[in-house]
Amino acid sequence: MQELIIEAGKSEAHYWRDLWRYRELFGFLAWRDILVRYKQTVIGVAWAVIRPLLTIFIGAGIFGTLAGLKYDGVPAVVSICAATLPWYFFSSALSESAGSLVGNANLISKIYFPRMILPASAVVVAFVDFAITMVILAGVMAWHQVWPTWRLLALPLFTLLAFVTAMGPGLLFTALNVKYRDFRYIIPFVVQFGQFVSPVFYTTTEVQEKFGDWGRIIVAINPIVAVIDGFRWAICGTTEMHWPSFALSGAFSLVLLGVGVWYFRRTEKTFADVI
Amino acid sequence: MARVWDSQPIAFPGDTFDMSLPAIQITSLGKRYQLGAGATERYKTLRESLANWWRTPDRSEREFWALRDLSFSVQPGEVLGIIGQNGAGKSTLLKLISRITEPTEGRISLRGRVASLLEVGTGFHPELTGRENIYFNGSVLGMTRAEIRSKFAEIVEFAGVEQFLDLPVKRYSSGMYVRLAFAVAAHLQSEVLIVDEVLAVGDAEFQKRCVGRLRSVANESGRTVLFVSHNLAVVQAMCSRVLLLSGGRLAQDGSPSEVISHYVRGASSESRWTRGELPRVEDSWAFELIELQLGGEQPRMTLRLQVELRCGGSDVFIAFDILDAAGVPLMQALPKATPFLKPTPLRCRVVIGVELPPLIPGAYAVDAWVGSDFSRTHDHVRNAVAFEITESPTTGRSVAHTSDHGSIVPVSEVIECHPCDLT
Repeated sequence: MQELIIEAGKSEAHYWRDLWRYRELFGFLAWRDILVRYKQTVIGVAWAVIRPLLTIFIGAGIFGTLAGLKYDGVPAVVSICAATLPWYFFSSALSESAGSLVGNANLISKIYFPRMILPASAVVVAFVDFAITMVILAGVMAWHQVWPTWRLLALPLFTLLAFVTAMGPGLLFTALNVKYRDFRYIIPFVVQFGQFVSPVFYTTTEVQEKFGDWGRIIVAINPIVAVIDGFRWAICGTTEMHWPSFALSGAFSLVLLGVGVWYFRRTEKTFADVI
Repeated sequence: MARVWDSQPIAFPGDTFDMSLPAIQITSLGKRYQLGAGATERYKTLRESLANWWRTPDRSEREFWALRDLSFSVQPGEVLGIIGQNGAGKSTLLKLISRITEPTEGRISLRGRVASLLEVGTGFHPELTGRENIYFNGSVLGMTRAEIRSKFAEIVEFAGVEQFLDLPVKRYSSGMYVRLAFAVAAHLQSEVLIVDEVLAVGDAEFQKRCVGRLRSVANESGRTVLFVSHNLAVVQAMCSRVLLLSGGRLAQDGSPSEVISHYVRGASSESRWTRGELPRVEDSWAFELIELQLGGEQPRMTLRLQVELRCGGSDVFIAFDILDAAGVPLMQALPKATPFLKPTPLRCRVVIGVELPPLIPGAYAVDAWVGSDFSRTHDHVRNAVAFEITESPTTGRSVAHTSDHGSIVPVSEVIECHPCDLT
């Protein structure tokens, strides 16, 4: 029979093993959240599609038609769509995971499990929404007759990167949200601000044309840029990768993941006491 | 290790665990909480933290040991009851054993899987159907998917909700909800089961089934059960051994009848205060001795307060404030609202009887006051004496009686209750 020792500071040692052991609960949590999400609202799945769809058309109308920005030779709608979908994944993963611990306070104060599975399952739920919105992309591409190239095969890799990118800040925001209850007022602001700081409605090639290489690199001090550039590269098929900025942004999201995990684990032990 | 066979539960053939080793071994366990300046606010705001950035950290934080120096061990198959006042550390102990929070010091060693049944329906989601909730709740309580599947039919049968399995539980009656939740928990396959106040719900018949189920869980499978309840009758009926916690420490450990009777009797019903030194002000009334005796039975408890005073120069009267454990004044006993004590050259002795309203279990403090009119105080002794109430004024109540339900329980009765035609 296995013996479990509980001592101050002991939970550190088995952390990753425990995380693996609780994978089934993780699955159930994600499954519950997905079920609830699509049961609660009448329009359910449609809601996941309508929001990005409106954003794409309004963005394309304002920035493509009115402002006349260029989108690497593909229709504005396609390019904005390729960027909006990962952006929506990122932003909803961020806000959902930030609320995941507070929303499951009754579980945290009563049952032990590695707390990390709560924000992680919130990211999974956001990912399911993301998968559904890929339908928009297919529709938009078909309408504008932009046919996928072999580059589309790399999309799963960039999706993985999007996961990593969402996870780091997600964990960080989750922990901060438990510790500082007024942090939730900052999150919508970060999301709204981020939509314009990130190249969602404009492209990084446009930035490069106007401000040179350094301009593009400065814009890439933002973890989501690598994901968006990757998506555009794979979907639109008309741009070349700008490796320095891609590497910078990708490295930034790895650093954020590290910081997120570190901070989350540091504060995790006290969650049950403060929540 | 020397085996004392007589005191060990009988091992069944094919039992996987070594019965000579305790299922739970706790060694000098302690849990400390920090009470901030605002003890009620546990989480901070970012704004405050930023504002305090450059200030030195607040050293006025108080420490509070919810549990200290606790050592005991539980053998497999034991049903251990844990009793004590609110705030004695029972919930903290369970939280430590179920790993919800980490100990500050000491060590817990657990042999086997621990499942807690801390509150019925934890993790139930109203939007999900009964079937979905059985799976989700089972998983939350620590069952694997395969285990839930194999127990599914039993759970449904125990709860008696066959026809409603595919209905969202928000449409369930509260009785059905509780039955389903308990059914899931009762079928947990763990070596150690932690039960906290779950029997507080449901009708009497269902409660009886729950007690039966828990007892058979312990007897048949040799599983260890930790049971926390305020319902002393259920503790007496279910447990093979009882621990009494008081102020975060182990006060007694023994057979149920022994510990429970000690708990009910031994709660402090007497308290005494004497003045260490006399106050400087001469010619002023001052308390020298205050003695309290708690008598009667719930819901009609009485206090007998005996005081000795050094006499001053004017006519005075006395009053007593009764405060709850948090220091909130609940009531003031004022036997006479006009000065009735005449100065004498000697001391004087007063005995006051106070008929208490029905108070919830907990610790209470008494302040004593003497003055010549309402605005002129001669002496005011805060927290002079204290008493503790162990039983709820509501007989038969099984839910923990905490200040969430108010400190005073008014006497109430059913005046009329019969079927009637509303048309």
